[in-house]
Amino acid sequence: MIEMSEVSKTYPNGVVAVSNINVKIKQGEFVYVVGPSGAGKSTFIKMMYREEKPTKGNILVNGISLPKLRNSKVPIFRRNMGVVFQDFKLLPNLTVFENVAFAMEVIETHPKEIKRRVMEVLELVGLKHKARMLPTELSGGEQQRVSIARSIVNSPKVVIADEPTGNLDPETSWEIMNIFEEIHNRGTTVVMATHNKDIVNNLTHRVIAIENGKIVRDEQRGDYGYEY
Amino acid sequence: MNSGVITAMNIRTLGRHFRESGKNLSRNGWMTFASISAVTVTLLLVGVFFVIMMNLNNFASNIEKDVEIRAHLDPAASQQDIELMETEIKQMPEVDTVVFSPKEKELTNLIKDLGEDGQAFRPFEQDNPLNDVYIIKTKTPKDVIKTAKKIETFNYIQQVKYGQGYVEKLFDVVETARNIGVVLILGLLFTAMFLISNTIKITIMARRNEIEIMRLVGATNSFIRWPFFLEGMWLGVLGAVLPIILIGVSYHYFYRLAAPKIDIKFVELLPFTPFIYQISSIMLLLGALIGVWGSLMSVRKFLKI
Repeated sequence: MIEMSEVSKTYPNGVVAVSNINVKIKQGEFVYVVGPSGAGKSTFIKMMYREEKPTKGNILVNGISLPKLRNSKVPIFRRNMGVVFQDFKLLPNLTVFENVAFAMEVIETHPKEIKRRVMEVLELVGLKHKARMLPTELSGGEQQRVSIARSIVNSPKVVIADEPTGNLDPETSWEIMNIFEEIHNRGTTVVMATHNKDIVNNLTHRVIAIENGKIVRDEQRGDYGYEY
Repeated sequence: MNSGVITAMNIRTLGRHFRESGKNLSRNGWMTFASISAVTVTLLLVGVFFVIMMNLNNFASNIEKDVEIRAHLDPAASQQDIELMETEIKQMPEVDTVVFSPKEKELTNLIKDLGEDGQAFRPFEQDNPLNDVYIIKTKTPKDVIKTAKKIETFNYIQQVKYGQGYVEKLFDVVETARNIGVVLILGLLFTAMFLISNTIKITIMARRNEIEIMRLVGATNSFIRWPFFLEGMWLGVLGAVLPIILIGVSYHYFYRLAAPKIDIKFVELLPFTPFIYQISSIMLLLGALIGVWGSLMSVRKFLKI
């Protein structure tokens, strides 16, 4: 599914974000990526959806070699994955329905199918009744649920999340995690960078810990392992 | 690399892009207003300048067209010589028309042109001292001098007149005026392009998030570009409307007021139609082109092509 071999990334300003990373993530796995701030988690995650290119090594996602992937092919590649962010990245002028539908319009899905499928995923995240609202009229947790709905509307094989609960209170965070768990149970691979100790320790999955750009721990049923 | 701006797509998607471009214009109300205003102001300037330049060019062409060569024939030439020469002149590639004017006609014209004073020449009607003349027009005014010099070398041509000295100066002045006009118009167009594309750029900068999200959910570059392409076109076209109306109406009244009062030879205003239609089409096209160009150049930055 996702395979990194000897991957290093040095930014143009000389900062070494990750160095010599080797990792394999199988289809259907749920993986937490943990580590202190600035350890390289974000770069690690960004390389998976080809927002960043490694300076060395190779990354295979769904059999596609990302360093070799041309810029113009990146959008097509991303259609097979969902991405969720800490700051939701919703379009403020579009309603909840339109925000989710957008990901399907882009790949020129038939309007009837868009309507059916969007309502289906909105139901999954529990926001069917708020379909006509604007993101600004929703709470943080609800906005994050919209962005999750958008990430899975095209039924991707993998969902990548960069601190999806970073802006949310503990209770709401658990609601969000339950949705991710549901997505995972349906067979989707989930890779999530997180700082949420409570969640990692209680909803146990594989944990990859990154420090100073290196994988220092990789446990099948791990815990958070940090005090903060 | 996705090189084509326009790629094949189905009608539904095209409809979506049209709707989207319209929605974006109304959603970004103030930015739209700013961009349209920028287009309006610059196109108004360009339009007014165009009107002035094209009229001046018209004056110049009228003057140039009036330049003719008068080749005086040797009285000793026989009828046969005259006919032979006429064919020879007509065969020159630069020559447009050749008119033979017999000396009797020349004298009548002279008497007529001089009015009262002309009566003094009446006695010459019996013994006409003037020559038969060929009046030659060239296809392009510039060829006058060259052609005149050639005709001068022909047999039985006594003298060639085309306003020597005066014509060369005239051509120089017209040429300089035209060049200055072209430079000014180009300069104005460049300013317009940068002003408009900068305004559009600001509009699009404000929407970089939107583009980022589009890329994230897998929109191809051409899919992202389309609504912006159409938006740029709308901005340009909408911005051109006011200048077209203003220039059209003012030229209409100006022409009605000024045209009958101008009583100088060569100086006449270009008639309202088709001139105003030409100017309007140019401005519309220019607006659309600049709008599209500005829009696509700005989006390009965020597409990481």
